[in-house]
Amino acid sequence: MPPVAPRSGDSIFANLEHMNAELFTLTYGAIVRQLITDLEEVDEVNKQLDQMGYNIGVRLIDEFLAKSNISRCVDFKETAEVIAKVGFKMFLGVTASVINWDADGTSCSIVLEDNPLVDFVELPDNCQGLHYCNILSGVVRGALEMVSMKTEVTWVRDMLRGDEVYELNVKLIKQVPEEYPYKDDE
Amino acid sequence: MQFFGGSEISPSPPVPTASGNNGHMMYVFNRNGVCLLYREWNRPLRTLNAQQDHKLMFGLLFSLKSLTAKMDPTIAEKGNLGVPQLPGQGCSFHSFRTNTYKLSFMESPSGIKIILVTHPRTGDLRDSLKYIYNLYVEYVVKNPLYTPGSPIRCQLFNTTLDQYVRGIA
Repeated sequence: MPPVAPRSGDSIFANLEHMNAELFTLTYGAIVRQLITDLEEVDEVNKQLDQMGYNIGVRLIDEFLAKSNISRCVDFKETAEVIAKVGFKMFLGVTASVINWDADGTSCSIVLEDNPLVDFVELPDNCQGLHYCNILSGVVRGALEMVSMKTEVTWVRDMLRGDEVYELNVKLIKQVPEEYPYKDDE
Repeated sequence: MQFFGGSEISPSPPVPTASGNNGHMMYVFNRNGVCLLYREWNRPLRTLNAQQDHKLMFGLLFSLKSLTAKMDPTIAEKGNLGVPQLPGQGCSFHSFRTNTYKLSFMESPSGIKIILVTHPRTGDLRDSLKYIYNLYVEYVVKNPLYTPGSPIRCQLFNTTLDQYVRGIA
C-alpha cells in the first residue's frame, strides 16, 4: 500500500473542526489579562506565556505530525517552510511566510500578516514591554524540541507596538540526535 | 467512532474483516525509551519480566533502525554504525516477519514508536499504525490529565484501541 502523501495546510484546515475565532481571541485575552493581574511584572508575564506555549508545543507536535502526514524534514530550511505554510495554517488559519535566511541557514524569520490572537487588542502604556503573542514563540520552541531541534524563538516585530507585521525570529541552536537511553551495564 | 471534537481522523480505518484475536501484543515507546503503553491480547509464552521485556524490545528496534539505515544501498552518505540518528531520518524499516509472528513498527519524527505484533499472515499494517497514532493524539496527547513522557493510564484509549485492533485482519 503506497504511503499517504503529505497534505497541504489548506486541506487539513478545511477538515478540522473550527471554533469561533472571537471566542478564541477573547479567551486568550482573558488569560493574558489575568496573568498581568497576578504577576504584575511584564517580564514575568512574558516568561509565563512562553512556558505555557512550550507545554502546548510539546503536545501539539504529535497532533501536527498525525494530521499532516509530513515525514522528517531534510534540513532546517524545509522545517521553517513547513511551520509557516502548514503549521500556522492548520492551527491558526493564517498563512505565514519565511524571510531573512542567514548565511548558514540556521536562522530565519517567520512573518505573519494577520494574527487571530490580537483582534481587538490595544496595548496600554503601562504594558509596553509585553510580548502579547509570546505563547506562539513557546509553541514553536516546544514543538521543535520534540523533533530534536533546540531553538531560540524571539519576537522581532510586533504590530501592537506599531510595526506593520508580526515577525518571529527562529534560530536553530543545535540538532540533538536520539541517544540510546539505557546504560550498557545490564 | 466518535472522538472529542469530532475531527476527521486521517486515514480512515481499514474495514474490519476477520473474527478478531489477530493482534498479539502492542508497545508504545517515546523517544527516551519509556514504555508508554503495553497491551497484550494473546501471548502464550512469556520469557522475561516486564521491565526486561520492554528494554529488549526498545533496544532491538533501536539497533534494527540503525542497521537498516546503514545498509541502505540508495543513500550516498553513511555515518558509522552506532552513531545515533534523528528519528525518521534516512530509511526506516516497517516490519519483520518470522514463521510464528509479524512485527510491525512505525516511528513518528517526534520519537513516538508504535509496535504491533500480529500473526504472520497479516498484510501491511502501516495505515493501521498511522490510525493508531491518530488515536494516540486524540485520546492521550489532548488529555490534559496526561503528563507527556509518563505511562498511559487512559481507559477510553485502551478500550478504543482494543476495539480497533480486534478489527484488523
